[in-house]
Amino acid sequence: MERGHGGLTLLNGWGRTAPTAATVITATNPDDVVSAIRSAGQRGVVARGLGRSYGDPAQNSGGLVIDMTGMDRIHDVDIAAATVTADAGVSLDTLMRRLLPDGLWLPVLPGTRQVIVGGAIGSDVHGKAHHVAGSFGNHVVSMDLATADGEVRTLTPDGEQAELFWATVGGMGLTGVVLRATLHLDRVESAYFVVDTEQVDNLDDLMARQSVGDENYVESVSWFDAVTTGPHLGRGILTRANHARVDDLPAKLRHTPLKFDAPQLLTVPDVFPPGMLNRVTARIFSELWYRKSPTKAGAVQNITQFLHPLDIVGEWNRAYGPRGFLQYQFVVPFGAEDTIRQAVHLIAHSGHVSALNVLKRFGAGNRAPMSFPMPGWTLCVDFPVRPGLHELCARLDDLVLAAGGRLYLAKESRTTADALHRMYPRIDEWRKVRATVDPAGMFRSDMSRRLAL
Amino acid sequence: MIDAVGNPQSLLLLGGSSEIGIAVAAKFATVRPLRVVLAGRPGARLDAAADRLRTNGCTVSVLPFDARQPDTHVEVVEKAFADGDIDVTVVAFGVLGDQEAAWTDVAVARELAEVNYVGAVTVGVALAERLRRQGHGSLVALSTVAAERPRRSNFVYGSTKAGLDSFYTGLTEALRPSGVRVSVVRPGFVHTRMTEGMKAAPLSQTAAQVADVVVDTIRNGREQAWAPSQLRWVMSVLRHLPRAVFRRLPV
Repeated sequence: MERGHGGLTLLNGWGRTAPTAATVITATNPDDVVSAIRSAGQRGVVARGLGRSYGDPAQNSGGLVIDMTGMDRIHDVDIAAATVTADAGVSLDTLMRRLLPDGLWLPVLPGTRQVIVGGAIGSDVHGKAHHVAGSFGNHVVSMDLATADGEVRTLTPDGEQAELFWATVGGMGLTGVVLRATLHLDRVESAYFVVDTEQVDNLDDLMARQSVGDENYVESVSWFDAVTTGPHLGRGILTRANHARVDDLPAKLRHTPLKFDAPQLLTVPDVFPPGMLNRVTARIFSELWYRKSPTKAGAVQNITQFLHPLDIVGEWNRAYGPRGFLQYQFVVPFGAEDTIRQAVHLIAHSGHVSALNVLKRFGAGNRAPMSFPMPGWTLCVDFPVRPGLHELCARLDDLVLAAGGRLYLAKESRTTADALHRMYPRIDEWRKVRATVDPAGMFRSDMSRRLAL
Repeated sequence: MIDAVGNPQSLLLLGGSSEIGIAVAAKFATVRPLRVVLAGRPGARLDAAADRLRTNGCTVSVLPFDARQPDTHVEVVEKAFADGDIDVTVVAFGVLGDQEAAWTDVAVARELAEVNYVGAVTVGVALAERLRRQGHGSLVALSTVAAERPRRSNFVYGSTKAGLDSFYTGLTEALRPSGVRVSVVRPGFVHTRMTEGMKAAPLSQTAAQVADVVVDTIRNGREQAWAPSQLRWVMSVLRHLPRAVFRRLPV
């Protein structure tokens, strides 16, 4: 965040692409949030956490933005019931550090722990465990939501206001502000994973292998090479893992199996020129990344190594240079495997380079009309913004639409309202709930303006 | 909103029948159709501009606007924003006039000053207020290389544009904290109605070529640009030449 004059702050998403100015209010308790909502003017209000959404859902140009990171208390950990109640502004990183010593585990962890509980609900985030655990909303036992009328409502997945609960899950903060939530947790014996790695030299094989035996693992994901073309198009590394039991650990780790060691070793300085990630550097990166992970079964890895390698480096988005970058993540239903092939082919031949590429099989979706995951394949790539990127993404949109797939709003930063509405066939159902709870459209964001949500 | 790859959803053109301005809107529309507000003097030229952009898929509305009526400018700008946020605003109106008349005839000189400078400033102030409230947007003012160093042949025009250039360059800084980007684009000789019948200078451009520079400037968030870009270095040299040399140049 960059503080400007006149109480304005320039805000952008993690992709650093479209900064706009808003008045930011830092909330430290529910009353702050309610009074901020009451004071919102014509340009409305939206909540913001750690700014990890790539596009513009947590910015509100000319309006009000509530910084939720000041609401950071963990209220209650119930070890017997395996639940935690925390403020919406608590990060998943903080939660995890608090819960692990008690052998408790957040069932859904996205690619970074630097997201807050409120944002995890609003984006209905998913992780490498989606095929068994579903998305974040599946594990919310209850939540308090401050709505446009200034009331605070307690919502549960099957209660009287279940519709509002599920409209808030994946609702991008447009139904109200989540104040606190109670989450259901898993139990683990250690903070480590037993990881099976397979190095696979082409896309078809990679998908075929991932399609078999996923159910035997809690975590499953592939990295793939989006630069190499020809017979090795889409070669990749399939990594799948289960939580390590104490018996699985080497002797030296056994007496502190729940120790969580997650250092942030360095912060990327903001000095990178545009064009750092180009065809040459991406090719080198992809080659090294592919070579460093030979096929291997049963390796013990810690959380950062396995789940969040990027969390070691602070502000890594700066490495993409001043023009920023975007993530393109979509899901297509099973049966549309050919769309994945076409997309990888299109990307590898486009001249646009992406290094951090993810391919994963989703399990069942949930009841939320705007939730992203559905049974099928999800693919995620990230591109530095360069001329011609619009055209590539527009062609990818067409592929996704033709296959009945959709884009992930937590990553989205450039599609059209029309395309987005066609991707989410239940959007009208969601809008109805929203219109009831927020008839004046108080909750707004740059994303809601851009995509006419 | 302007999206991550630089596509706007709406554009306001002040000087609604400006060839460069229309080419800018058309260029954006080839990538993604958008909503366009054309503010200009009502008439056949404005209607033709609207029709042309409609065939490019744009949703076009037309708004009466006279650069020589500064008292109306706040109202015009309010009306232009009545249908929602404006992502890109192009200040493209201006007159060249007969340059010999311009420094010998008070009425001609006054028209140039009122349109090119006074009008640009009053509109700029009204836009600044509206864009500040909106908290985002891109504003481009069309200046000229003639604003950089006065020449005997068109110094009245050059002086009015030098005023515009300074105003919008300053506005760039004033609006930066508000999330609004202001850019000044300085074309050289452009083949348009304004220059019809004149002898083209070196590095001359078409309206479409200047529009490419304008669109590029907006997409990349640059604050100043020359059209063509080589003029930046040419003008840098010309600005520093001694007068005795400069006046002998055939430019």
